Amino acid sequence: MQGLLHQLATGVSSGGIYASLALALVMIYRSTGHVNFAQGEMAMFSTFIAWSLLDRGVPYWAAFCLTLAVSFVGGVAVERVLIRPMAGRREMLLVTVFLGLFMICNSVAGWIWGYDTRPFESPFESFTFLQNPYETPHDLGAMLVTFVLMLALFGFFQLTRAGLAMRGSTENPVSSRLVGISVDRMSALGWGMAAATGAIAGMMVAPTVFLEPNMMASVLVYGFAGALLGGIDNPWGAVAGGYIVAILENLLGVYVIGTEMRMSVALVLIVGTLVVKPEGLFGQRKLARV
Amino acid sequence: MAVTLARPGSRDAASRRFGRLAIGVLLLVLLFAPMLFGSYRIFQITTMVIDAIALLGLNILTGYNGQISIGHSAFYAVGAYTVAIVTAELGLPYWVALPCAAMVSFVIGFLFGLPALRLGGAYLALATFALAVAMPQLLKYKLIEPWTKGTLGMSIAKPAVPFGLPIDQDRFLYYLALLVAVGMFAIGRNLVMGKVGDAMMAVRDQPTAAAAMGIDNSLLKTKTFGVSAMYTGVAGALGAYAAQYVAPDSFTFMLSISLMVGIVIGGAGTVSGAIYGAVFIGLVPDYASEISKAVPWALYGSCLIACVFVMPDGIHGVASAITARIASHSKERNGGGVR
Repeated sequence: MQGLLHQLATGVSSGGIYASLALALVMIYRSTGHVNFAQGEMAMFSTFIAWSLLDRGVPYWAAFCLTLAVSFVGGVAVERVLIRPMAGRREMLLVTVFLGLFMICNSVAGWIWGYDTRPFESPFESFTFLQNPYETPHDLGAMLVTFVLMLALFGFFQLTRAGLAMRGSTENPVSSRLVGISVDRMSALGWGMAAATGAIAGMMVAPTVFLEPNMMASVLVYGFAGALLGGIDNPWGAVAGGYIVAILENLLGVYVIGTEMRMSVALVLIVGTLVVKPEGLFGQRKLARV
Repeated sequence: MAVTLARPGSRDAASRRFGRLAIGVLLLVLLFAPMLFGSYRIFQITTMVIDAIALLGLNILTGYNGQISIGHSAFYAVGAYTVAIVTAELGLPYWVALPCAAMVSFVIGFLFGLPALRLGGAYLALATFALAVAMPQLLKYKLIEPWTKGTLGMSIAKPAVPFGLPIDQDRFLYYLALLVAVGMFAIGRNLVMGKVGDAMMAVRDQPTAAAAMGIDNSLLKTKTFGVSAMYTGVAGALGAYAAQYVAPDSFTFMLSISLMVGIVIGGAGTVSGAIYGAVFIGLVPDYASEISKAVPWALYGSCLIACVFVMPDGIHGVASAITARIASHSKERNGGGVR
C-alpha cells in the first residue's frame, strides 16, 4: 500500500509537468487552431534563457518574470515571421515549418549552451510549509503553479473580452473580422501567451529532469497525450489529461508492462483517444459542414 | 470523348524528352560509378540510393496522398529488423530476406494505417510522432528480446557475391540496392502517374468530392500507408545490410525528420524529388558536421523553412522551371511548334 501511494505521488508530480506543457499546447490550439510540434523545444529554449539570467546572479523571481517577457516577445515574433505567411497554405507545409522550428531551437540551444546536463534551481526548496512525506517541495510548488496557470487561462478564455475574441477568431475567422476583431493580432497574442506558458512549464520541468537541449522530447509526447486525452480545446481538460497520463504511465510502468515500455503508453493513449473519442474526455465535439 | 486532365507538374514533350535524357545519364553514371570511385564514396552513394527509396515511399504518402507522417523511422526499423532476424537468426539468404522485409513492413504499415486513417493532417502527424518516439523502446521490449537481442543490437553479414562475379561485397551491395531502387522507382512512378495516383491526389485535395466520385477514401488511405511503409521498410532492409548492424537507437525520431526534410527539399508530390532529396540528406550533414555537432540540424531546420517560403516545390520545382525554360528556348530557335 505504501509503495502504491509512493507511485501515485510520483505520478502526480510528473503529471504537473505534463499538464503545464499541455496548457501551452491548448493555448496555441485555442488561438490559432494549430498543433505546435516545436512547443517543447521553445519551452526548453526559454528555460535556457532563465538559466543564463540566474547564472548572472539575477534573483529567481526577477529572472522568472524576465524570461516570461522575453518568451512572449519571442512567440509573437515567431508568429509574425513564420506562421502568418503560412495562412491558407497546405497543412503539410505548416507542419514542416513547425519541424524546422523544432530543429532550429534544439540545435541553436546546443550550439550556445552545449549538450551537458545542468542542474536548475527550484524556487520552492526553501518553503518549509511545503515539506511532506510524499512529494518534494518543488513538486508541490510546481503543482500549485500549474493550478494557478490553469485558472488564469480558463479565466482568460471565459471571462475576458480578449479571450472571447480569441475563441471567436479560431472558430470563425470571417465573422470575427466582420465584428471588428483583428484575427491577426489574436493569433500573435496567442503565440506570445503560449510561449510564456511553455516557459513556465520549462522552468518547472528543469529542476526535475535537469536542463539540456533534449529535455523536452519525452515531456512533449506525454504533454500531447494529456492534451488530447483531456480535450485539446479546454485548459482544465488538458490539465486533467496530463495527470491521468502521468498516473497511468507510472502505475502501468511499475506494475504491468515494465518501466522501459513507458513511451508506448503515450503512443497507445494518443492513438486510442484519436480513434475512440477524438474530441477528448472533456472536449467539445467539432462538426464540419460539407 | 476522352478528357485529359492537366496534372500539376505535367510538362510538354520537349521538357519530357529532357527529363528522359537526364534519367538516362544518371543511370549510366550510377552503373559505372563503382569503377570510378573508391570504397568510401561507393558506401555514400549506396546510402543515397537507399535513402531515395525511403523518400519515394514517404513522398507517395505525404506528397501525393497528403497524409503527414513523421514516424517513418519506425517502418525503416521494421524493415531493418526483419532482415536482421531472417538472415542472422534463421540463416536465410538476402533474396528471401528482402521480400520478407517488404511484406512485414507493408502489413505493419497497413495495420497502423487502419486507426490512423481516421485522423486528418496534424493529428496523424501527432500519432506518427508518438510511434517514432516509442519505436526504440518497443524494439527493446523483453518479450521479443530473444529475436531482437534488446539494446545490444544485431550484426548482419553483407550479402555474398553470387556466381563468382569479379566484384567485392561492397560493390555487389551497391548494385543490389541500385537494382531494387530502379525497380521500385518504376513501380512507384507508374502507381502515382496512373489512376491510383489521381485518386490519391483527389483524396488529398478534395476528400468529399473524391468520395462522391466513388473512391473509398479510407481504404485508399490505408493501402497508401501500407505501400509507403513497404518502400521505407525495403530501404531499411538495404540500410541494415549497408550498416551491417542494427540497434534500437539507430531508428530515432531524428531519422523521421531527415526523411521529411528530404521530401520537402527534394520536392513533395514528385518522383524525382525523392532523388534530389536523397542527394541532399546524403551530402549536406556530412559537410556540415565538420563545422560543429549542432550545425547539421540548424542547417536542416533553416533549409526546411527557407524551402517552404522560397521554393515550395523544392529542388524539383527549380529544376523543372529551368528545363522548361531551356526547352521553350530551343523550340523558339528551331522555329518549331504550332501556335
